[in-house]
Amino acid sequence: MTAPNHNWRNFKNAFMQALTFVCAILVVTPLVLVFYHLTKQGFSSLNWAFFTQIPKAVGEKGGGMANAIVGTFILIGQAALLGVPIGVLGGVYLSEYGGTKLNWAIRFAADILNGVPSITWGIVVYALMVVPMHTFSALAGGVVLGMMMIPLVMRTTEEVLQLVPAGYREAAFALGIAKWRTIVQIVVRTALKGIVTGVLLALARVAGETAPLLFTAFGNLGWAHSLREPIAAMPLLIYNYATSPYDDWHRQAWAGALVLIFLVLFINIGVRFLTRDRFGTIQAKVLRNYHVPN
Amino acid sequence: MSPTETPSPVVNGSKSTGTPALAIRNLSIFFGKNAAVKNVSLNVAACAVTAIIGPSGCGKSTFLRALNRMHELNPEARMEGEIKLFGDDIYSRNVEPVVVRRRVGMVFQKSNPFPTMSIAENVTVGLRLNGVRDKKTLTERTEQSLRMSALWDEVKDRLHAPAISLSGGQQQRLCIARALAVQPEVLLMDEPASALDPLATSKIEDLILQLKKEYTIVIVTHNMQQAARVSDFTAFFYLGELVEFDATTKIFTSPSQKQTEDYVTGRFG
Repeated sequence: MTAPNHNWRNFKNAFMQALTFVCAILVVTPLVLVFYHLTKQGFSSLNWAFFTQIPKAVGEKGGGMANAIVGTFILIGQAALLGVPIGVLGGVYLSEYGGTKLNWAIRFAADILNGVPSITWGIVVYALMVVPMHTFSALAGGVVLGMMMIPLVMRTTEEVLQLVPAGYREAAFALGIAKWRTIVQIVVRTALKGIVTGVLLALARVAGETAPLLFTAFGNLGWAHSLREPIAAMPLLIYNYATSPYDDWHRQAWAGALVLIFLVLFINIGVRFLTRDRFGTIQAKVLRNYHVPN
Repeated sequence: MSPTETPSPVVNGSKSTGTPALAIRNLSIFFGKNAAVKNVSLNVAACAVTAIIGPSGCGKSTFLRALNRMHELNPEARMEGEIKLFGDDIYSRNVEPVVVRRRVGMVFQKSNPFPTMSIAENVTVGLRLNGVRDKKTLTERTEQSLRMSALWDEVKDRLHAPAISLSGGQQQRLCIARALAVQPEVLLMDEPASALDPLATSKIEDLILQLKKEYTIVIVTHNMQQAARVSDFTAFFYLGELVEFDATTKIFTSPSQKQTEDYVTGRFG
């Protein structure tokens, strides 16, 4: 018996490993490039005025995006008020209650909604709110972002609740704990970190939406004085500035994009840190490792 | 009920002469069209350990779960027959499963302390989520339950540590303490030691022998030595039917059925 020749097999193995490594690097490359480019182009325009002043008139130098920064917070705040309770409770229903067929239909509908182009959402809310109110408004902007959040939050909530081992539910039921208490105090509590993460991802996603806001919040070069007025938002202002012919506005658009991406980043890091309860890390480990023998 | 209807084990002592803790009559459990338990009748004696043995798939776990209506978590499940807990029909129309489960506690094969809670919180969770607020009661019950489950000395200095920082055997004893804290009348154990090492297993067995002084225990086990060591009565299930039910010594020394003898001597199963 001759010694088997491993060279070809080893080569294939090394080749496939290298290929997957290159693809993994390709996945993170855009992130690095985006950060590099935004920092390079936008950092120099970040100054005190950028955060404290509203846009100057066309042709005037300086000014800032204070109204758009505040506007974005108001919009995602409204979106959270609408999207988080409905999304989380809907996810709880899908995971803990409901019949197989009904849940299949709801899940299917939510997945379709998650794939609806964001501009479509904008048109829908335009027809539902802007036309009857005869004005673009912060309210309409909040509603459109909230509606986009609902299916996202619902599906992520459902999925993390499904990760909670059935053994915990059984243990609670066997103690004579009522079903709703089991859901709130055992199931949701065990999965809380995952639910919060899902909510944050949804918030981060809608915080950068531009198209639906074009038809709803519309944008505003000054301050909005009520939710019934058009309101500025960072993605809208970045869009307007970037497509304008002025160099100064281009620089501000870069700076705005930089701030927006850091905003999204900081929301994530910050709230994750806050929601780390005393058992957080161990809990995550348990959720990953838990499996019943047989 | 007349005592002649069902095999009521004849044993020494007065235990079997009182009202049975659980009187099961003609119990059948179906999942869809399949009968997992077929027409089983037996009496579970109070303050004694009753072991359920039999090969995998013989319906012993389903039978156990029917005793506190846990099998109803499967929406396909359907039951026929009657189970009385100290005289109360637990399947009566106006009885909530939640109430049954407060009276009949359960310990599972896989230890499942709640990962978001400390050791003490795990013990008192059944009380707290059923509305007990009084701090003193909770503290007392914590110590009492942990002592009963032989865990107190090991954890008394770290009651507020995460429950899942305990070892596997300790976690299982914590689950027993959690079940005891709501003061059930009967404790069901579904292979409580099958995931544990021999040392942890022997601690659980010692604990069972201690607990039977105050509690009625029904234990499902794959381990026949364990059934012989801890139980007073043994029921042998095969293919969903109760083949034989008698005092444990009888089952393991001179069973009346050939099938039982083959199983306990290791010839099949």
